[in-house]
Amino acid sequence: MKFTWFHLMPWPHMPDDFRQKHRSVWVDLPSRMYEPELGHIAYHQYLDQLEYAEQVGFDGIGVNEHHANAYGLMPSPNIMAATLTRRTSKAALVVLGNSIALYNPPLRVAEEFAMLDVLSGGRLVAGFPVGTSMDTNYAYGTIPALTREKYAEAHDLIRKAWAADEPFAFNGRYTKLRYVNCWPKPIQNPPPVFIPGGGSVETYDFCIDNTYSYSYLSYSGYLRAKLLMDGYWKRVAERKVDESPYRAGFAQVICVADTDAEAERLYGPHVSYFYNRCLHVHPGFADAPGYRTIKTIQTGALSQFAPGSGRDYPNMSWKDLTEGRYIVAGSPETVRQQMEELIKTLRVGNVFGLLHIGNMPDDKVRHSTKLFAEKVMPHLRNLWPEWQNHDDRFWCHPMHEPVPTRVAAE
Amino acid sequence: MLTLKSPPTRIEVVQAGKGRDLLFLHGAGGHMPNDPLLAALATKYRVSAPLLPGYGRSEGEEGLRDMLDVTLHALDVMEKLKLKKPIVVGHSMGGMIAAEMAAIAHTEIGKLCLLAPAGLWLDDHPIADIFAMLPYELPPLLFHDAEAGRKLLTAGGGDMGDLEFLKQFLVMNARRLGMAGKLLFPIPDRGLAGRLYRITAKTLIVWGKEDVLIPPVYGDAFKKAISKSKLVRVAKAGHAVGQEKPAAVLKAIRDFF
Repeated sequence: MKFTWFHLMPWPHMPDDFRQKHRSVWVDLPSRMYEPELGHIAYHQYLDQLEYAEQVGFDGIGVNEHHANAYGLMPSPNIMAATLTRRTSKAALVVLGNSIALYNPPLRVAEEFAMLDVLSGGRLVAGFPVGTSMDTNYAYGTIPALTREKYAEAHDLIRKAWAADEPFAFNGRYTKLRYVNCWPKPIQNPPPVFIPGGGSVETYDFCIDNTYSYSYLSYSGYLRAKLLMDGYWKRVAERKVDESPYRAGFAQVICVADTDAEAERLYGPHVSYFYNRCLHVHPGFADAPGYRTIKTIQTGALSQFAPGSGRDYPNMSWKDLTEGRYIVAGSPETVRQQMEELIKTLRVGNVFGLLHIGNMPDDKVRHSTKLFAEKVMPHLRNLWPEWQNHDDRFWCHPMHEPVPTRVAAE
Repeated sequence: MLTLKSPPTRIEVVQAGKGRDLLFLHGAGGHMPNDPLLAALATKYRVSAPLLPGYGRSEGEEGLRDMLDVTLHALDVMEKLKLKKPIVVGHSMGGMIAAEMAAIAHTEIGKLCLLAPAGLWLDDHPIADIFAMLPYELPPLLFHDAEAGRKLLTAGGGDMGDLEFLKQFLVMNARRLGMAGKLLFPIPDRGLAGRLYRITAKTLIVWGKEDVLIPPVYGDAFKKAISKSKLVRVAKAGHAVGQEKPAAVLKAIRDFF
């Protein structure tokens, strides 16, 4: 198993009446709510937490990209990953990822990921999300029905740019470059790639074709993810490729305390902040028409619109969230049992643990992180013995002897 | 159904009425159920109303990506229909397409009628984002009489609680607005302002006085930019001016041409 400690970097100062006063946490929330000097404190605390996660033994530390979003304050995850290259030395830097359809030219992603890979000594795990409709269409203005075509072309350009040793011309529909010439080049060529997906068959095939790991980033827990992941594994079987669990990953909100009751007392308010305020998105921004393919609407994605399937987050209690396994929370033993169930039922080799939740203060984040690392993670390490608990194709390959970083004053 | 080779499309065409040829291009919502405007126009004209790929049974939207693609496609459809010097009428997005056709092929289009066309953007009068709206928010945006509009839009509709109907609705919505987004998302401006000067057609511009989606001030902007044009304002009508006041729009067309 590979455990990545994943940060969303939420704005932790949304007021109690946030839901009543604003229709959405994303896209059109006035930025006057953001206070830069408090932001300075939050950023550094969040980066410290990511570094701490490496220290206590997580395999990877993760960041992602969002725009105009008060629960995801990383329009550029690469800036965050760059700072992490200097004060970490072992953990994979899981950048999940760069929304490649949004960069003009997308060669920028090839270059910046190469920089990160070189800086970190080959520790980059690269993510290529299509991006949510909120980010890609509403905040960044990409035409919904053309997003996937633009994405596919950007992917093609990036892979060719990494592979080539000589300048070449790229005549795409969306990007035309006379001289594609990627300086620097990544140490790992290519770095392992993770693709965040949401249930479209096209993405299953894209991952299988390119040997990328399919990563389902959901906040609704592993019980509801079963159907989607079953669809992925069914496709893997149909395509007759090996069924390495490292072909898949899942994001899970996790809270660990000494006892189940203590978990509720410690983390309840912050979980509530996350599900009530952070996930308060105007439904009109969720899915721009044309963003999903017709095939996807006709299959899996529909279920979320069906009557009775609406997630009533504002009215969900701690009991609802834990019993429904939206979150995995409780004593180390409770969390271990549920995580084992998650890993086995979804058949995932990668877990992206969300252990900072909503407006959780630093001491609680570290407490939960440490308990997970010390009392849960070791018991979950050997769940895929038939795969030697590792798959080289889906993890980074660091240099053997990277240079030590030095402090200027020394 | 019409078949065009390049880009490959199959086009559903609603045809009705007798008289002079009139080509009608629909807005982003497509034809309404029992469309009152088409019915009114068909009492005096031979109406041909093709559906853009993505709408109804028309297919081939993947081959149409931008304004030029759609404009040339619409000209190809007009040619294929063998219409004789038609009055080209377009509503909203269809008005934007009609104006582009008349600008690009100004020797081929002599009579143009724009019903609350899209295509311009005035910073002081931003147009609402229809792509971020929920279905129930649309009637008051499209109609002066929102309740009557809601009935028009949902006529022949089904139960959103029924999974099969819901699926069909979502697919239809994604196809239509996915296509419309290529011209209108995120800002309904593809440079038409710089091309309107080329329009030599005799042009009638019609605007609902109560249009809250594309406010009537846009009517003045179109009027100013097209030389041989007249602007008619229709009282008690919103953006769907033709569906809300079909008789008034028919009369304006008859009087002008």
